[in-house]
Amino acid sequence: MNNESASLSENRGSNLAQLLKKYGIVLVLLLMIVVISILEPAFLRPKNIFNVLTQVSIFGIMSLGLTIVIISKGIDLSAGSVLALSAVLAASVGQAADATAKYFPNLPVLPIFVPIAVALLVGLICGAVNGLLIAKTGIPAFIATLGMQTAARGFALIYTQGKPISNLTKSFTNIGGKIFSVIPVPVVIYAIMIGITYIMLNHTRFGKNIYAIGGNIDAAEVSGIDVKKNLIMIYAYCGLLAGLAAVVFAGRTGSAHPGAASGYELTAIAATTIGGTSHSGGIGTIRGAVIGALILGVLRNGLTLLGVPAYWQQVTEGVIIVVAVIIDMRKNRQKK
Amino acid sequence: MGLHGEWVNMENNEYLLQMKDIKKRFPGVMALKGVDLNVGYGEIHALVGENGAGKSTLMKCLLGIYPPTSGEIYFDGKLIKNYNVAEALKIGISMIHQEISPILYRPIMENIWSGREPLTKFGLVDHKKMYESTKKLLEEIELDEDPMNIAANLTVAKLQLIEIAKAISYDAKLIIMDEPTSALPSKEVEGLFKIMKKLKSEGRSIIYISHKIDEIYAITDKVSVLRDGEYIGTEDTNKLSKDKLIKMMVGRNIDDMFPKTPCDIKDVYLEVKNLSHSRYFQDISFNVRKGEILGIAGLVGSGRTEIIESIFGIRNFDSGEIFINGEKVEIKSPIDAIDKKMAFLTEDRRQTGIFPMLDVEFNLTLANILKYVKKSKLIDYKNLKEDCNKFIDTISIKTPSPKHKIENLSGGNQQKVLVAKWLLTEPDILFLDEPTRGIDVGAKSEIHKLISMLASQGKCIVMVSSELPEIIGMSDRIIVVHEGKITSILDNNENITQELIMEYATDTYKERVN
Repeated sequence: MNNESASLSENRGSNLAQLLKKYGIVLVLLLMIVVISILEPAFLRPKNIFNVLTQVSIFGIMSLGLTIVIISKGIDLSAGSVLALSAVLAASVGQAADATAKYFPNLPVLPIFVPIAVALLVGLICGAVNGLLIAKTGIPAFIATLGMQTAARGFALIYTQGKPISNLTKSFTNIGGKIFSVIPVPVVIYAIMIGITYIMLNHTRFGKNIYAIGGNIDAAEVSGIDVKKNLIMIYAYCGLLAGLAAVVFAGRTGSAHPGAASGYELTAIAATTIGGTSHSGGIGTIRGAVIGALILGVLRNGLTLLGVPAYWQQVTEGVIIVVAVIIDMRKNRQKK
Repeated sequence: MGLHGEWVNMENNEYLLQMKDIKKRFPGVMALKGVDLNVGYGEIHALVGENGAGKSTLMKCLLGIYPPTSGEIYFDGKLIKNYNVAEALKIGISMIHQEISPILYRPIMENIWSGREPLTKFGLVDHKKMYESTKKLLEEIELDEDPMNIAANLTVAKLQLIEIAKAISYDAKLIIMDEPTSALPSKEVEGLFKIMKKLKSEGRSIIYISHKIDEIYAITDKVSVLRDGEYIGTEDTNKLSKDKLIKMMVGRNIDDMFPKTPCDIKDVYLEVKNLSHSRYFQDISFNVRKGEILGIAGLVGSGRTEIIESIFGIRNFDSGEIFINGEKVEIKSPIDAIDKKMAFLTEDRRQTGIFPMLDVEFNLTLANILKYVKKSKLIDYKNLKEDCNKFIDTISIKTPSPKHKIENLSGGNQQKVLVAKWLLTEPDILFLDEPTRGIDVGAKSEIHKLISMLASQGKCIVMVSSELPEIIGMSDRIIVVHEGKITSILDNNENITQELIMEYATDTYKERVN
C-alpha cells in the first residue's frame, strides 16, 4: 500500500516503459532511418548523409539557442530575421575583390574574422535587446521577439534596399565547404556548438539558473538569482547563435539576401520541441534538441528522396510535431 | 549542515535585528503602518497575527524582496538598506518560505543549492560536491532521500523538510521560518524543534511565524503581535497567557474556538459501503446522518482526501457503493456529484479552489452559474449580483468590492468565498478538506460557526482535518484512517483525547491495550 499518496507524480510502469520514455525519440529516429533506407537505399550514401547533416546544421545551431530560451519558459520568434540581418551585414563586409555589385565599393578584402565578428555581434545585440525588453518591461517574450522579428527583417531590407549581396570571398564560402574534402564545415561548427551549449547548460551556474528560471521563477528569485541579468544573457546567447547560423548560411549559399531564413525559427522551435523541450518551462535537453533536429532533417530528406511533393512534406512535419508533443505531455503529466 | 560552529556577538549589540518604524505602502493600501521588531541573539522569536496582519510583508522587506517605504533595519549593529535577496543571504538572513514550491523537475540537490552551486577549480559546477553536501544535509534533518531524486516525486511534507534544510544550509545568523510545519506530521515537527534548539545554542536566531499556538508556546522565547499592519506589542512567551495572546491578535476575546452548537441529528443520509481503490484505500464503509459532522482524522498521506475525492467523483474507485437517502447512486464525475447535491471544499484553495486572477463575484457564483442563465442564454446579472452581495453580507466576507481580485483577499476570506460558492448550490452533503488550513484564529472561528450552522440546517458534513483540536471540537463522530483503512469510528464524547486519535492514526492502539 503506497503511503505517499500526496506525491506530485507517479513513476509507474515496467522497466521497458521507463526505457521507452527516456530513449523514445532515439528509437523513433532509428526507425525512420531504417524505414527510409529500405524504401530508398540512396539515403544511406555518404554524400546524402553529409547532405542531411549540413542542412540540419543551420536550424540545428539555431535550435540550440531556442532550447535554452524555451527551457527558461520563453520563446524567440526573431531568430530567422536576426539571421537575415546578421547575414546581410556580414556579407556586406565579406565580398570578394572582384564582386560585381560591391556593397562598399572602396572596401579592400577584409580577413574572414571581420564578417564573422560582425554577424556574431549583430546577433548578440539583437538577442540582448530581446532580453532587455523581456526582463525590464515585463512584456511577454512572444510579443517582444515578434517585434524583433519584424523590425530586424525591416532593417535588413533597409540596409540592402531589398537586393541580395553576393560574390563573397573564398574564405567565406569555404565555411560552407568541406574539411579534407569530406566533412562539411557547417557540421563541424554545429558539433562544436552542441558541445559548448551542453557544457554551458549542464555544468555551469548559468545553466542551472536557466532551469531554475524556467522551472519556478519565484524560487529562483528567492534563491538570490539575478533573474533579469540571466534572462538578458539567455536571449543574447540565442541571438549569438542566430548570428553564427548566419555565417554558415552565407557561407553555404555564397550570398545573403534580406528575405533569407524566413520561418527558420519555427523549424528550430519544432526541432527542440520534438526533442522533449517543454513550453511550460524547466524541461529540456541538448541531446533532445539534437535528436529532434535530426528527426526533422531525416524526414525532409527522406520524403524528398521518396518523391513526396513538397506541400505534403509540410503536412507530415506538422503532424509529427503535434504527435511528438502529445506523447511528451503524456510522459510528464500525472494521471489519476 | 554547512554551519561553521558558533558565531559570536562581536560588538556587544543588544539586538541581532532591529526593525524600526517600518512602513510599506502598496498601490491603494498601507500594508505596514510603522512596525518595530527587535530580535536578540540566540533567540527564537514568534511573529503572529491574523492573515493580512502584515507578517509576510514585513519579512519580505527584511529579506530584500522589496524595500520598505520608510523605516530602518539594523542587522548585527549595522544599518542595512537597498539590498536584494542575494545580498541578504550573504549577510546572514535566510528564509523558509510558506508557499514557495520547488523547481519541480530538478533534483533535490539542485533545489537546495540553486544560485550558489559549488564550483570546481575551472569554474564549472561540482556535481560531486553538491551531491555529498546535500547527502550530509539530509542526514542532519533525518530525511532519507537520494539527492538526485526529482522534487516532483516527493510528498508535500518532504518538500517542506527540504525547504528547511535549504534555509539552514545558508549558515545564516537569522532564519525566518514562515509556517514551517503546515505540512509536517508531529514526528517531523519534533525534529524541527530539535534543529531549532541546536541553532539557538549556536547563537543564531529564528523568527517563527505560525498560526499554531501550541507550537509557539512549545518552542519560542518571545512573541510579537501584528494586527492590520500595526505593531501591537512583544511579550515573553512564558509570561503571556493564551487568552491575552489571542486578544492581542484579534482585538477581542474568543471564548470558544470551536463552537459546534449542538443540533438534532436525524436519519442516515449518505452511506458508503466497501469503497476500495487499489492505490489509496481499502474497504471503506461509513455513514453520515443529517445534521451530523463526521470528522475524518489521520496522518498526512493516509488516504483521507482520496476517499472523499472518490465519493465526489474527482477520483475513480475500483469497487464499492454509494447510497444517498437509501438509494444507490453512480457518481462518475463532479458534475454528477453536484447534481446529487454534494459540495466539495478542496485542501489547497490556491491550486484547486479559487480562480486567483478573477474577481470575488465570479468565484462566488461560478458553481451555481446555470441558475443565472436566462432563456435567451444570456446571464441574468441582476440576480447574480444580488445573491453575491447577500452572501458577502451574511458571512462577512471582507472585500472592498465584489469586483476585487480574489487573490488579494486574505486566506480566511478566500475560504469564505469558496464556502459561499458551495452554499449557493444549496447542497445536502458537504465535503470539507482542511477547511481552516492557513487561516488565522478569528476567521477560523467564523468558519466553524458557519459549519455548525450548516449542520443545524440538516446538512451532512464530512470534514477532513489534521488539526486534532478542531476535529475533537467540531465532530459528532470521528473516523480515523491509517494507511487507507479505517482503524476506528468513534463517538465524540468526553473520552476522546488527541492521544487516543493519534494512536488509531498510527495504528498503535492495539499495542497499548495489550
